Amino acid sequence: MTSDHAVASMTSDHADDIDRHVRVYISVFVALMVLTVVTVTVSRFHLPVPVAVTAALIIATIKGSLVACYFMHLISEKKLIYAVLALTAVFFVALLALPIATVNNGYWIH
Amino acid sequence: MDIPYTVEIRRDTGLINGKIGIWLFLASEVMLFGALFASYILIRTGAPSWPRGATMLNVPLATFNTIVLISSSVTMVMAWASLKRRRFGTFRIYMGATILLGFVFLVVKYFEYSHKFENGLFPSTNNFLAIYFTLTGLHMLHVIGGMAVNAYFWGPGSKLWKTNPEWFTNRVEHSGLFWHFVDLVWIFLFPTLYLL
Repeated sequence: MTSDHAVASMTSDHADDIDRHVRVYISVFVALMVLTVVTVTVSRFHLPVPVAVTAALIIATIKGSLVACYFMHLISEKKLIYAVLALTAVFFVALLALPIATVNNGYWIH
Repeated sequence: MDIPYTVEIRRDTGLINGKIGIWLFLASEVMLFGALFASYILIRTGAPSWPRGATMLNVPLATFNTIVLISSSVTMVMAWASLKRRRFGTFRIYMGATILLGFVFLVVKYFEYSHKFENGLFPSTNNFLAIYFTLTGLHMLHVIGGMAVNAYFWGPGSKLWKTNPEWFTNRVEHSGLFWHFVDLVWIFLFPTLYLL
């Protein structure tokens, strides 16, 4: 039990690591604020729908990745979590793609 | 008998059980919101016409709410970092701020919803409003759930800090993961509904 406890302490971050983490959190926060302003500004240009959708999704993906990688610590997670999320991504794409593929005048079926 | 692997990691997974548990739960939540996003895409692309979000909804208010939720994510992770630094007082401040910001989000949503209802606009009015209320309503329920758990760790649950600080830190981390996910969903919901 005590050796497991030691392992737990070793895997947890030391004070210096936390200081570095906190600097990263503040930087990510600033980036997220900037990207929020960007996404609202871009929406005001009334771009054609496909362009607007692409731009909005790219910005949202960058913001989401920042939250996932740094706030949720995904950038330094274990392989098992990556495996779970990779499987989730596959099923998520299937969940989105399958209904769209059934639409007659969708992009994939003529 | 103690709950196993709350602090010590399992050698086969390299993780504590709670961490795997919360990520598996978040994976299921991805499917839940993913299904609704897929529904939105289908309904919108199949509709003869679709209003631009800004014509139906209050973009400045929602932008403010986006800033509120992102800020609450920062305070949430700072709450966990405070526990890692063994600063319980600072944890309480940051966790309190997280809960408060969640409450602000809910108040704004209350104004948004009530304004719609006062003008005779309900989920049954049209497809845009149906998907808007469903997506934001479900998200709002997740905000309330997350706030409830965070309030527990701020309040009665925090006595675990005295007996097992590492376990308490881990539990706060897992609650934080759920809270960040709720923020992440909003990061996609906001442009989808309000800006496109």
